[in-house]
Amino acid sequence: MADVKPGIAGGRLAHSDYAVNFGDIHPPLDAHEALVESDRCYFCHDAPCQVACPTAIDIPMFIRQIQTGHAKSAAKTIFDQNIFGGMCARVCPTETLCEEACVRMEAEGKPVKIGLLQRHATDDFMADGAQPYERAKPTGKVVAVVGAGPAGLACAHRLAMHGHEVTVFEARPKSGGLNEYGIAAYKSTDDFAQKEVDFILGIGGITVMHGKKMGAGLDLTQLQTDYDAVFLGIGLQGVNALGAANDDAAGVEDAVDYIAELRQASDLSKLPVGRRVVVIGGGMTAVDAAVQSKLLGAEDVTIVYRRGPAQMKASAYEQEVAQTRGVRIKHWAKPKAVIVKDGKAVGLTCEYTQEVNGKLSGTGETFDLAADMIFRAIGQTYVDATGGQLALEGGRIKVDDEKRTSVRGVWAGGDCVAGGQDLTVASVDDGRRAAESINLFLKA
Amino acid sequence: MADLRSTFIGIKSPNPFWLASAPPTDKEYNVVRAFKAGWGGVVWKTLGEEGPPIVNVNGPRYGAIHGADRRLLGLNNIELITDRPLEVNLQEIKKVKREWPDRAMIVSIMVPCNEDSWKAILPRVEETGCDGIELNFGCPHGMSERGMGAAVGQVPEYIEMVTRWCKQYSRMPVIVKLTPNITDIRYPARAAMRGGADAVSLINTISSIVSVDLDSFAPMPTIDGKGSHGGYCGPAVKPIALNMTAEIARDPETRGLPISAIGGITTWRDAAEFISMSAGTVQVCTAAMTYGFRIVEEMKTGLARWMDEKGFATIEDFRGRAVPNVTDWQYLNLNYVTKAHIDQDLCIKCGRCYAACEDTSHQAIFKEKDGKRHFEVNDAECVACNLCVEVCPVDNCITMVRQTEGVDPRTGRKINPDYANWTTHPNNPMALKAAE
Repeated sequence: MADVKPGIAGGRLAHSDYAVNFGDIHPPLDAHEALVESDRCYFCHDAPCQVACPTAIDIPMFIRQIQTGHAKSAAKTIFDQNIFGGMCARVCPTETLCEEACVRMEAEGKPVKIGLLQRHATDDFMADGAQPYERAKPTGKVVAVVGAGPAGLACAHRLAMHGHEVTVFEARPKSGGLNEYGIAAYKSTDDFAQKEVDFILGIGGITVMHGKKMGAGLDLTQLQTDYDAVFLGIGLQGVNALGAANDDAAGVEDAVDYIAELRQASDLSKLPVGRRVVVIGGGMTAVDAAVQSKLLGAEDVTIVYRRGPAQMKASAYEQEVAQTRGVRIKHWAKPKAVIVKDGKAVGLTCEYTQEVNGKLSGTGETFDLAADMIFRAIGQTYVDATGGQLALEGGRIKVDDEKRTSVRGVWAGGDCVAGGQDLTVASVDDGRRAAESINLFLKA
Repeated sequence: MADLRSTFIGIKSPNPFWLASAPPTDKEYNVVRAFKAGWGGVVWKTLGEEGPPIVNVNGPRYGAIHGADRRLLGLNNIELITDRPLEVNLQEIKKVKREWPDRAMIVSIMVPCNEDSWKAILPRVEETGCDGIELNFGCPHGMSERGMGAAVGQVPEYIEMVTRWCKQYSRMPVIVKLTPNITDIRYPARAAMRGGADAVSLINTISSIVSVDLDSFAPMPTIDGKGSHGGYCGPAVKPIALNMTAEIARDPETRGLPISAIGGITTWRDAAEFISMSAGTVQVCTAAMTYGFRIVEEMKTGLARWMDEKGFATIEDFRGRAVPNVTDWQYLNLNYVTKAHIDQDLCIKCGRCYAACEDTSHQAIFKEKDGKRHFEVNDAECVACNLCVEVCPVDNCITMVRQTEGVDPRTGRKINPDYANWTTHPNNPMALKAAE
């Protein structure tokens, strides 16, 4: 029987449905499947997949290592470039990165399943609890890393490898950043984010201090005094406003907060979700919020996006994931006003949009969507907490190729820097690059 | 539809596809299944002399090498000749031949290298009504340690001697099965011919160790910690078999000697190639052992369709057509110039051609054009070695294009339309001088 609990409520599903709905979206390859798949790789010269990978993992090499029976060597090849290889294997939009570039796309439209092979290798390695690297001799240098997300921990790990001592300051109670608090649950099951954090910290030489937030007890000038170098991987703290009337009504939430709550929930059946949910936005966060609402038992879930499918930041594949799970995507519409009854959101009035000469405008025509819950997922913003010391570019911290900020001795990476792609893998690359630059700086 | 019927040294079969003497032909049950599946004939698994049968190991008998997706490319075995009593085999052979009179029934024999042994078994085999015998002078493992199989096949005088006994003591057509474990296949083939053989069949398996178990450090298959060399067969040995077939087909002494070809024949195409190299029938084993008897259907329809497309009504219409085109290197036309050409529409830009050419060959492929990934042949460096063609994963993407006029940009020499080979080449100190 259809669930008809009105308003916002938990327990919309039978208890067993939660485990099924939030299980691995792409189950791992078993050994046989991995061999069959690895056989498909052509070991391309100057491989397009590697060029497309933000962390430039030597993909043909690691696949050949799987194919020749050495998944652990494959994992080492991956970790050399990306210590978050396990999470990236799960969350990377491979369909727009390595797998899109795979020559088998051109050959037969079916790329080698690089993401799943990467997961096969990294899972195999991490299952043993071993460490891929030993630390270099202690250098006596100390580095502060602010933010224990992918950028911060990738930086800390590489610095620890080079023999430096690292202190990581993290505002939230757990490390992992968006790997732990963002990202759809079905992409990172079985508490993988924390397992990976433990794996990364396992190298030693890294101390994480929780409850330490930039601007709230943590001061950049003081860090510069206390440490030989500072890396900022502080992410985006602000959320763009809807720009619709009444968007402070009960039931209107930030998608990132809801996803974080979901990721931390010990019992998903207790997590309330609207019977009718509307998500505003076109990125991965919008898709993750929408799909997970649906998986929690929402009856109707609609994504409202102001432009067309091609402009959505969520890939065509992500859009398909949403649609095949019953999420409706309403293109070419924007929120105009939240419809409120007794202080609670009950719907959203939207206006159709059009693009004329590259400029988006409302057509004047509107329609109403019933909604008990409305999620804002229209992007996040960098909020300065350093007292305006750092030069910005496009509203985010300006960095050079080595991820140096405008302040000597301070590096930054991940979503908080200009040019950021809002991708885990790009953040990891920033962190590693910054660490190499810091290492050269400290040795100079 | 093409007529696939075959008459080979007087032995008729509805098609040229025979099962080679091996496990698939060891007993009535298998052979009947094969005939039901459509095989044209079988060579019954090798019979030994009267008495307690040989024994096989009770551990693994096969090892293999695999290609992508564990596709079996080469199979190695340490199985011996039939381990069933002679009389049981003879009775079954007689029964099956009686029930399947249109199929070729050849019986493989291996007994000790003395006249009495052969004299004893020949009439008993002949009594089955079989169509002919095949002398197993090829088996490279086990039996050769006892002075049989390849131990005979490696001594041309023995081949000639035993073949002569067989012709002397039976009226049956005699096929001599040759071992490839010898430096020059023409010598045993000539010996067989001298001994009066009606035909030769080749190749038997190649002595091999397919792999070493890196935990036990023993060859595979491993029997209680030890391994022994076995006989290698399957797709991997086809080129060796094809060359040996060609060697016999074009040898002045053995030219015209009927050949039943064996060695890695897996598809209709393989069969067509061997027949074009003069084989009258083809014998298959590994392909059947890998995929089952049903493959003969693909082989028959494939061969017939190809013959129809080519306008060949019978096997004889194209048999041996490739033999005149097999020559010695010294007669190859040195004025023949080709260049590799990459079809940009088919190219998937994997760059394997580039890696192969740049690292291991002639640096004759460009990898970039207008700042983009693009693979193109540099004619000024291309020696037309064909390596890029062979490493390209896309069929027909890279082809060799003949240059018939102008100048070869690599050598700077004008293309000469005339045929000229090494025997008259100025760089050849032994060059034949034109008559003064």
